[in-house]
Amino acid sequence: MKCNLFLSTVAVLALSSAAANAETLRLLTWGGYAPDEVIAMFEAETGHTVEVTKSNNEEMIAKLRATNGSGFDLAQPSQDRIAGPQAEFGIYKPLDMSQIDTSLFIPSMLEATKGNTMIGEDVFAVPHVWGTDGLVLNTAMVTDVKDYTDLCNASVAGKVSYRLKRPTLIGFAFSMGLDPFAAYGDEAAYQGILDQVEAKLVECKANVKTYWDGGDELKNLMRSGEIVAAMAWDTGGWQLNDDNADITFVAPTSGALGWIDTFALPARGRADEAAYAWINFVMQPDIAAMITASAGNFTASQGGDANVDDALKAKYQASFPQEAIDNIKWYPSVPAGLETLEGATLDRINAAK
Amino acid sequence: MATDRSKLAFWLLLAPCLIWLVTLIILPHVGMFLVSLREKVGVREYETSFANYAVFLNEPLYWNTFARTAYMSIAATVLTLFIGFPISYYIAKLTRGRTKTTLFLMCLIPFWVSELVRTFGWMILLRETGVFSNVLQYLGLAAGPVEMLYNDAAIMTGLVYTSMLFMVVPLVTALDSLDDSLIEAGYDLGASGFAILREIIIPHAMPGIVSGCIVVFMLSLGNYLTPILLGGKDSLWFTGLIYSQFITRFNWELGSAFGFLLLGLSSFIVFVGLKLTGQSLGKTMAQS
Amino acid sequence: MLTDVPDLQCRSISKSFADFNAVKDVSFDVPQGTFFSILGPSGCGKTTLLRMIAGFQKPTSGDLLIKGKSVIDVPPNKRPVSMVFQHLALFPMMNIGTNVGFGLRQRGVNRSDIEKQVKRVLERVGLAGVAERPISSLSGGQKQRVAIARCMVLEPDVLLLDEPLGALDLKLREHMKIELKQLQSEFNTTFVYITHDQSEALVMSDKIAVMNNGEFEQTGTAKELYYEPKTAFVAGFVGEANRFAATIKSKSADALEMATAQGQVLHGTDAVGGLKVGDTVNVFVRPEAVRLSRKAEGVSGLSNAGQGKVENVLFNGANSQLILRDELTGAEMSVALPQTGEFRDLSRGNLIHFGWEYLQTRVYTATGGPHGH
Repeated sequence: MKCNLFLSTVAVLALSSAAANAETLRLLTWGGYAPDEVIAMFEAETGHTVEVTKSNNEEMIAKLRATNGSGFDLAQPSQDRIAGPQAEFGIYKPLDMSQIDTSLFIPSMLEATKGNTMIGEDVFAVPHVWGTDGLVLNTAMVTDVKDYTDLCNASVAGKVSYRLKRPTLIGFAFSMGLDPFAAYGDEAAYQGILDQVEAKLVECKANVKTYWDGGDELKNLMRSGEIVAAMAWDTGGWQLNDDNADITFVAPTSGALGWIDTFALPARGRADEAAYAWINFVMQPDIAAMITASAGNFTASQGGDANVDDALKAKYQASFPQEAIDNIKWYPSVPAGLETLEGATLDRINAAK
Repeated sequence: MATDRSKLAFWLLLAPCLIWLVTLIILPHVGMFLVSLREKVGVREYETSFANYAVFLNEPLYWNTFARTAYMSIAATVLTLFIGFPISYYIAKLTRGRTKTTLFLMCLIPFWVSELVRTFGWMILLRETGVFSNVLQYLGLAAGPVEMLYNDAAIMTGLVYTSMLFMVVPLVTALDSLDDSLIEAGYDLGASGFAILREIIIPHAMPGIVSGCIVVFMLSLGNYLTPILLGGKDSLWFTGLIYSQFITRFNWELGSAFGFLLLGLSSFIVFVGLKLTGQSLGKTMAQS
Repeated sequence: MLTDVPDLQCRSISKSFADFNAVKDVSFDVPQGTFFSILGPSGCGKTTLLRMIAGFQKPTSGDLLIKGKSVIDVPPNKRPVSMVFQHLALFPMMNIGTNVGFGLRQRGVNRSDIEKQVKRVLERVGLAGVAERPISSLSGGQKQRVAIARCMVLEPDVLLLDEPLGALDLKLREHMKIELKQLQSEFNTTFVYITHDQSEALVMSDKIAVMNNGEFEQTGTAKELYYEPKTAFVAGFVGEANRFAATIKSKSADALEMATAQGQVLHGTDAVGGLKVGDTVNVFVRPEAVRLSRKAEGVSGLSNAGQGKVENVLFNGANSQLILRDELTGAEMSVALPQTGEFRDLSRGNLIHFGWEYLQTRVYTATGGPHGH
């Protein structure tokens, strides 16, 4: 009996490796990054199948940590959230750059991402979608909000929302004239900044209607008019603009916060071949445009913005004049350990009355 | 031979229960306990210590959050009992047959949808642009939009609503078994309605009250969605703290310690509750 | 004297539910210190009547007076009556002492007085020193006494008892009948007792009301009901009786001559009066009124006589009976077996002569309501 079981197990394993040419790609990504029509085209072209799990930065790391980097074949964390968790938990494996068609990427973005996610000689991520955090305002009702700290103005009391997450801490720090990125290497200095931001956010808490958590929640609050100003993603603002022309995304005077979501290989992924195939497939300009249409954000694909719908381009240009683009603060890689400090700060803000 | 065989049968019958206990309850808890004893001293460096438990004791924030969670849960339990008792009494004693089944079903119906949907239902009712606010304005009882969401009262409403069935079921069972003639005998001997409630109905229903209260308290204490969604910016809840330690802070060590503290402290509160009411867990479980 | 005013007076009490009338225009008085029973088959309305007296149900019409005062609007917890429930309704969550002291506590009597009174009443019912024990430690008969003590400690004007002996086994029931009667005379309280068991009512009561279909058929002492039943229902329900359906053939000053459908000729007396020749009637004769004889001459002087075959001998000591089948008509008859031992050797299939006096043959019109036996 046992012998038979063993043999059949071997047979199954042999069969599954024989079928390696047609793999199942288990993709851990954000909503909108893998639209159904793109998956259908990919499956038709390569023969691989794709299973999508939608998630966010923290959950991606938590999921991969729980399984020591298995269960998924390709993940899409933000570029600043790779080096730290990788050092701590070892959840990714280095990319084989020879498998990636680097000519499909905007060179500056590719280099920046590689630099930010490099540990020793190994590169852990290449860029995919990028966007910014800034202000989403109902311009018909708000006139005096130009920067994050203006969300604490009496004019918008009770009609404000932001997330209780690290981008909020960083955004408020810049808006208060501090430079948290410069303090990344110095825990004591960083704690000093966090303390100031904490005091500001505690003081500001009375102005907040609620801390939003998901994109749909924010859109509901904004659409119903229950809030008129929020710190949020650019796409959120542009999507709301479709329903209500008064609502739009505005880059704050201290600078929008720029993030880049990447491709990274989980340490114990099984379908690397399919993963590389997916990366090279979606970075093609016309596919990238489809993803931009679905996610609302632009990609790091060279020429990928050419085919993007004019309306979105117009919104982008309205929100980002050249000086605003130059002023974008790109997230540098978060050193391991800082998140614990930020966590304690966020807990205290949450508990404040 | 016969005893061997009966022993085998005994172990075979016990096996599913043991497997369930060991693999789904004991092992994860042992694992969690071991994780909670790891103190992070550097990148991928850990030492065994009680440092995570010390964090809880030294940071008033965590202690306060736990106290608040416990106090709100107790309040929710008491409120559920006060609302659930008359409902249960009505179902158990004043209705029969079809009406009884219908009322019981009505208590059950909210549980046919998920907790998330139920909570969103409350959000639609309570929010500033929601149903209640609009009705109040329409009736002229409020001048402008009224925000009823994102406060402790909203959390309490959600908790009570979510827990009601778990209070009503044991109470109905307990009250059903109360012989009507005991109540009549009480009246006959000159007791007022209140005296009958205090001396006859409540003592009789005590096991049901206690088991309902334990379940509701534990459910409230362990609830995550309701306080987070309905409480908004003031939604501090201990399970939310555990969630954020595990998921957003990647601090499994502290999260595990919090998990164990929650287990220990909630058991302690239940124990105190049982002592105060003079009930024993065995008696309560046997009756309900 | 106070006793001039009856403890309980019911005046034209009626109770109607949606689809039927449970109690119809019932009136009666219960003088102080009386053991009053209401006897009737299940569904006759006796429980409804008792619950109205206790105050759990409100009469549709009529009035209730206790010691001369109307209590119709007094809620049950304020009425000077107490009730012993069918299943006693002792409070299982309290010990014996707290059960008995329950009513006193509700009256706000102070603690030491309660203790004294509870002790005294428990002594009176023969249960001294059990106050601290739980209810479950008592036997059926002891529970009965605690239930009575719990009511009697309040010194009610009227004690209502709802078939409290029903749940006891036969032996204990026989014993409790005597004990209840003793307790009643000891406390000298008015008891209103309802039962469907005629022997309970006959043994204990000073006065019995036979109830049927929501009405009192007859009220009287046990003897009156037994020997002079006023209605066919009472004749059939109280005690054993042989019943014949017949038609009146002729009528003399005090006797009626009747014939059954089978042609048997019977002689009897008009129980209520007013019967005419040609009326269809029910004829009742008690088993113990029938005399037996081995020879025809032994019964030849009796106004009703015949010969029958023994169908069955139901031996039950002092209450043994013979079931006879009339040779002539085929009618079945129940006859009490005399205790003289004269007929000890009778067995199935024997032929025997029987007969009874017309004076012990009670005749009622057959157009009354439905009948018992």
